[in-house]
Amino acid sequence: MTEKTAALRQAFEEKLNAVGSSEAAEQLRVEFLGKKGHISALMSELKNVPADQKKQAGQTINELKKYAEEKILEKSAQMHQMEEQRRLDAAESYDESLPMQIECGSYHPITLVQRELEEIFLSMGFTIEDYNEIVDDYNCFEALNIPKHHPARDMQDTYYLSTGQLLKTHTSAAQNTIMRKYGAPLRAVFPSRCFRNESTDACHENTFFQMEGIMIDTDISISNLIYFMKTMLSEVFKKDINVRLRPGFFPFVEPGFELDIECLICGGEGCPSCKNSGWLELCPCGMIHPNVLKYGGIDTEKYTGFAFGLGLTRLAMMKYGVKDIRVFNSGNLKSLSQFISQ
Amino acid sequence: MLVSMNWIQDYVDLKNENIEELIRRFTLSTAEVEDVYYKGKDVENVIVGEIVSLENHPDSKKLHLLKIDGGDRLYDCVCGAPNVRLNMKVAFVKAGGRVPGGEISKCKIAGYDSEGMCCSEAELGISEDHSGILELDTDAANGTDFKFLYPIDDIVFEVDNKSLTNRPDLWGHYGIAREFAALTGKSLKPILQTEPDYTGDTAIPVEIQNTDLVYRYSCIQMDNIRRHVSPMEMKIRLTYCGMRPINFLADVTNYIMLELGQPTHAFDARKIDKIVVKTPQSPFTFQTLDGNDRAIDENTLMIYNNDTPVAIAGVMGGLDSEIVSDTTSVVLEVANFDGVSVRKTSSRLGLRTDASMRYEKILDPELTLIAVKRFIFLVKAADSGAVVASKLTDCYTKHYDTVTLQFDKNYVDRYTGIDIAKEQILNTLTLLGFDAKEENGLFTVTVPSWRATKDVTIKADIIEEITRIYGYDNFEIKTTRSKLKPVRYTVQKSEESQIKDILVQKYLMHEVHSYIWCDGKKYKRLNIDVEDNVRILNIPTPENGTIRNSMLPTLLSFAYDNRGYSDAFSLFESGRVVDGVDENGLCREQRKLGIVLFDKTVSEKELYFKAVGIIRFLCQSLKHADPSFEKTAVEHNWQHPKNTSCVSVCGTPIGTLCTLHPATLEKLDKSASVVCVEIDLDALSAVKPLDLVFCEPSKFPSIDYDLSLVLKDGVLYSQIEKAWTCLSIQELTSVKLIDLYEADGVKSMALRLSFSAPDRTLSMEEIQGHIDQILANLNTIGIHLKA
Repeated sequence: MTEKTAALRQAFEEKLNAVGSSEAAEQLRVEFLGKKGHISALMSELKNVPADQKKQAGQTINELKKYAEEKILEKSAQMHQMEEQRRLDAAESYDESLPMQIECGSYHPITLVQRELEEIFLSMGFTIEDYNEIVDDYNCFEALNIPKHHPARDMQDTYYLSTGQLLKTHTSAAQNTIMRKYGAPLRAVFPSRCFRNESTDACHENTFFQMEGIMIDTDISISNLIYFMKTMLSEVFKKDINVRLRPGFFPFVEPGFELDIECLICGGEGCPSCKNSGWLELCPCGMIHPNVLKYGGIDTEKYTGFAFGLGLTRLAMMKYGVKDIRVFNSGNLKSLSQFISQ
Repeated sequence: MLVSMNWIQDYVDLKNENIEELIRRFTLSTAEVEDVYYKGKDVENVIVGEIVSLENHPDSKKLHLLKIDGGDRLYDCVCGAPNVRLNMKVAFVKAGGRVPGGEISKCKIAGYDSEGMCCSEAELGISEDHSGILELDTDAANGTDFKFLYPIDDIVFEVDNKSLTNRPDLWGHYGIAREFAALTGKSLKPILQTEPDYTGDTAIPVEIQNTDLVYRYSCIQMDNIRRHVSPMEMKIRLTYCGMRPINFLADVTNYIMLELGQPTHAFDARKIDKIVVKTPQSPFTFQTLDGNDRAIDENTLMIYNNDTPVAIAGVMGGLDSEIVSDTTSVVLEVANFDGVSVRKTSSRLGLRTDASMRYEKILDPELTLIAVKRFIFLVKAADSGAVVASKLTDCYTKHYDTVTLQFDKNYVDRYTGIDIAKEQILNTLTLLGFDAKEENGLFTVTVPSWRATKDVTIKADIIEEITRIYGYDNFEIKTTRSKLKPVRYTVQKSEESQIKDILVQKYLMHEVHSYIWCDGKKYKRLNIDVEDNVRILNIPTPENGTIRNSMLPTLLSFAYDNRGYSDAFSLFESGRVVDGVDENGLCREQRKLGIVLFDKTVSEKELYFKAVGIIRFLCQSLKHADPSFEKTAVEHNWQHPKNTSCVSVCGTPIGTLCTLHPATLEKLDKSASVVCVEIDLDALSAVKPLDLVFCEPSKFPSIDYDLSLVLKDGVLYSQIEKAWTCLSIQELTSVKLIDLYEADGVKSMALRLSFSAPDRTLSMEEIQGHIDQILANLNTIGIHLKA
């Protein structure tokens, strides 16, 4: 019996040495330690061993069993590790720099700029209003203190329609309707497409976007106007922006201003972009003319207000460095597909 | 407009001021300065020289060899000017010196040394005269610096005319000087004028027929004017301010216009007996002094001598009555015409002159007499023999009302948001020529005539005067004390935004913008008709004169333009269309969303179902409801008659889905599939979204039952669906399309019906009962199970 056990042990060791994979280790385990394995078989022979040797023989087999279990566990772990290493070695390191195409949709740049501004104004308590592109003479001119024969009507060339209406030349055309709808106090911005009958080139478009804003309350002052313009523009350009006002003539405001911002390119030092003045003309604004408030049904003794008009198309050009305004209405995806998000 | 700071300083003392800083403040307080020019800066080493020797060049008919006495020594000079004379005093630039054309260096001309140049006025940059060299009428010693003789150093700045449209008073130097006076707190000096000293009885008769178009007409005659060339100082100022010197009398009228902003006109007195101002009875042709023939109509206000037209009022004089070389006697007209009438005339004639530009701004009628007296002063100062030869005729037909405004300090504080001292308010207004008083907190301000024609009419206008001189740079910046209210996007706005996000982010579409009108040429490329609609009356390209009634043709046109961009792309635009006119004859404007899917890699059918999926997704996201589709007749010739459907959600029609008519598709791209969607955004926004209702998932297993149905031509799924929807089986939780296939000419559809109950496991018998009922219903429309 002892010899048999020793022979089995030897056979086990030989086979163990030959194991080269975790599957082989498992096979070896089944062969020796399985229910029908060699060691079980040896155990079952114990009943034939004389009683005085039984204890000894049983101990020897148990030692072998324990030994085999340990060795196989050890081998199996070793094989597992080896195989894992082999898989690691064989694995490919991926090149994420390969020029893979991704497909993206795109927003129109005006949408992006408009959304950004709308969010800023919304956060400052302004409602966002939307009005028709086709308006009448009253809303576009009369209600804005621009009577017939006023030279201001020469400043803007208007598309007149067969219905007697016109394509709005400026977002201010919505002022009267909004004042009449909400009354005072009032804070609103109203972006819209506007139209001017002029020939197009790199700097001129007959169809473009503006965003108008008005704020009316009991004590709205020039000082407030400067505050809101400075705050809003600092948000738009994401840095502290210096602004300055100069007198500007628009019939629907009094006093009227041209608002300049410190040149974004040279920071006010003077450069070709700002014609060496250090300032860029950005938007017209002013205190709403009392006549305009009156037309809008607002008590001019009680309320004052300011209004401003931002050129969304121009802002988009500045923000994205678009040199030719005609890109916006071109429908050309080579240009427009670049505007994938804010 | 060009402004000379030398001229300004005739009227306000700026001796110790920083001129550049003042010009910067002018931009901030009055009007935008576009450019600043430093005149005379590039004139160096130009001296008074005398021609002391003159010889003809041996080989040239034109050139002369001169010796110039430069005070320190004699200089050789080769000169080609025709007017050289011995002992002539000239402006000589020595070699090493500069004129606006560049530096002058010592050189050889036609074989002879030349150590400088005798200058013409044009070469010195003081006029456009280059007919010969400038002859100096001076006793100054040879070698005297030219700049000592004449004030050619000047700072000239250019103001954007557009920023002066509302300020008639700023169209002359005197008005601008008033601004500088207010900016510096200095007083404005008076204009030197001479009262007419004529004692006889002669007067120019003036008859004004259109008193509504002529507010004032003043005129006077002056005789014995012998001077033909203007004083050099006058020529320099005119040139620096962009006006070409012509002759003395023309120059004086221009000088007065640049100084006062008041146009004046000098007629040759030989051509004038009686002035009549009227509009003509019938059209005729009139030759203006620039030599052009002008078509005059019945609305054009004209100046006549008796019955002979002599000038277009406020625009330009006639050739026949203009000042000529032997004119010694003039009739000076200084008038105030209706601004609108002058503007209309000048735009009708396409003739915008310095005079008409000023009249358009609505000038102060008080200016006419000042201009007459200034004319007498300037003519006499330059020609002492000149005499006034008539009484002054002055027809003042329309006086403006005096404007007096009252307000309190609180009004100023409220409007400005800051505290500007009472004294500062009064001082500013006084410096600007307003008559301003304050008593018990109440300001009473009378507007000066030059600001009262239209410019300053209400209290808010006074705020501007006070604040602009105070300086907006000096304002404290403050937020408001308004009440806060929560604000949200409107439904329309947030839905539009959500749609854009879905189309861009989920369906990878590209947003574009186009025009509100139909582009006739581009439509034609795609066999798309421009359909009758509201028209733009004055568009320069009439083929684009019709307003669009659908978003899709322009998007299809963009798809055509981009067909080389990619094999598959989708475009969308949210914009406006006009659907004809309403009962009041006004545009029915609608907010629409147009979508065009273009794909060369899938069949039209696949693309069509992609579009259906997009619409369903939009409706689910926005309204929590599934849309329905119903085939409809085409509205436009480019739509496909078989696949044009009306889309509805919650029973409201919200848009159209269609493929293209082959005639258009063929033009667009034969090998591509194209599908269009148009959504009425207003109709969509009006649909109230269904509530999202939570449904607890059953804990019991769900049982699927697959049906394979043989289809019948012409039967739609929406009809098949009725077989179970009409039964309202609570346990039927979903029906999915698994397959749609055709084999051996038989079309089949595989559906998977899922059943489950919230409280139990369903038995097979129960389900079979439902299935039998469904199949029975299907049989009634001729649909049966596949064998």
